[in-house]
Amino acid sequence: MLTIGKASFTSRLLLGTGKFSDLDIQSQAVEAAETEILTFAVRRLNLEERDKQHFLDMLDLSRYTLLPNTAGATTAEEAIRIAKLAKASGLCDMIKVEVIGDRKTLLPDPFETLKASEKLLEEGFIVLPYISDDVILAKRLQELGVHAVMPGASPIGTGHGLLNPFSLGLIIEQAEVPVIVDAGIRSPGDAAIAMQLGADAVLLNTAVSGAKDPVKMAEAMKLAVRAGRYGFEAGMIPVKRYASASSPIEGMVQA
Amino acid sequence: MKLTINGQSLTFSNRITHVNQLLHELDVKVKTVVVELNRHILTREDHDEAVLKDGDCLEIVHFVGGG
Repeated sequence: MLTIGKASFTSRLLLGTGKFSDLDIQSQAVEAAETEILTFAVRRLNLEERDKQHFLDMLDLSRYTLLPNTAGATTAEEAIRIAKLAKASGLCDMIKVEVIGDRKTLLPDPFETLKASEKLLEEGFIVLPYISDDVILAKRLQELGVHAVMPGASPIGTGHGLLNPFSLGLIIEQAEVPVIVDAGIRSPGDAAIAMQLGADAVLLNTAVSGAKDPVKMAEAMKLAVRAGRYGFEAGMIPVKRYASASSPIEGMVQA
Repeated sequence: MKLTINGQSLTFSNRITHVNQLLHELDVKVKTVVVELNRHILTREDHDEAVLKDGDCLEIVHFVGGG
C-alpha cells in the first residue's frame, strides 16, 4: 500500500491529465492505468469556451484522489496562491508543489519550493513537492514535514528516463516519506527501473498521453510499475563478476 | 455594471448582486470553479453570500489537464 498523509492507495502509478488528444481516449487510459491519483493544473476559466467539456466533470470523484499542481508558479507566493485556490474547490487537500526556476528545462527552483512547502504545511495542506534529484533538498523537505517527495527522473516531458539512478537511490535510501519519481519517464522500462530502485510510486503524464496508443501505454505502465515493485520486494540477486552455473555441476553425463 | 473577470473588463446591463448570480449569468457549465474576489479566495459556500459591487475584480479558475 502507498500511504500519503492519512490516505492509502493500492496503485503506485499516479497519472497526469495533460495533453490528451481527446476525452474518450483519456478516460480509457485512466481506466487502463488503474490509477487512484490524478494530477490537474489550475487555470483561469476561458470565458469564450464556457461550453467546452472538461475531463474533471466526467470523472467519478469517489474513485479518484485529486492531486492539483502549482504549475505555472515561479515563486513560492504564486504556488501558495494556486494551492489555496485548488483547496477552495473543496475537492482535495493534497498539493503537488511545483515552482519552476527555469523556462527551458522546467527544472524546479529548490529555494522557492522549500519556502512554499513550509508555508503550505503550516496551512494544513498535504504537501508533495516536485524537486530535482537532490538528496539534501529531499532531506530538508522531509525535516519540514512534507508528506512525500517527488524527484524528477529527467526534465518534464523530455522522455530521457532516469538520468541519475544513483541520486534517486540515495534519496530513496534515506527517505522516511514516500518517494514518487516524477517527470521524464518515457518507457515502461523506465517506470519499472524507478520502482525496482525502491521508489514508492511513479507519476507520469506525457509518456501516456503522447504515446501512439495511450490506452495500451497506460496498461503497460500499470504492469511495469507493478513488476518493478514486485522485483524490489522480492529482492534481487547481487551482481557477480563471474558466471555461476544454474544447473548442478555434479552428475554430468560423461563421454 | 462593470466587472473585471480573468483580466477582461466586462459590462453587464443588469446589476449582479452575488457571485452565484454572476456564475449563472455567465452560464458557466463547468461544475467545479473557484472564485477569487478582489484577491480574496471564496469557498463554494461563500458564493451565495459574497456581494458584488461595481468595479470588482474576479478570478474564476478551474482544474484543467496537467501533470
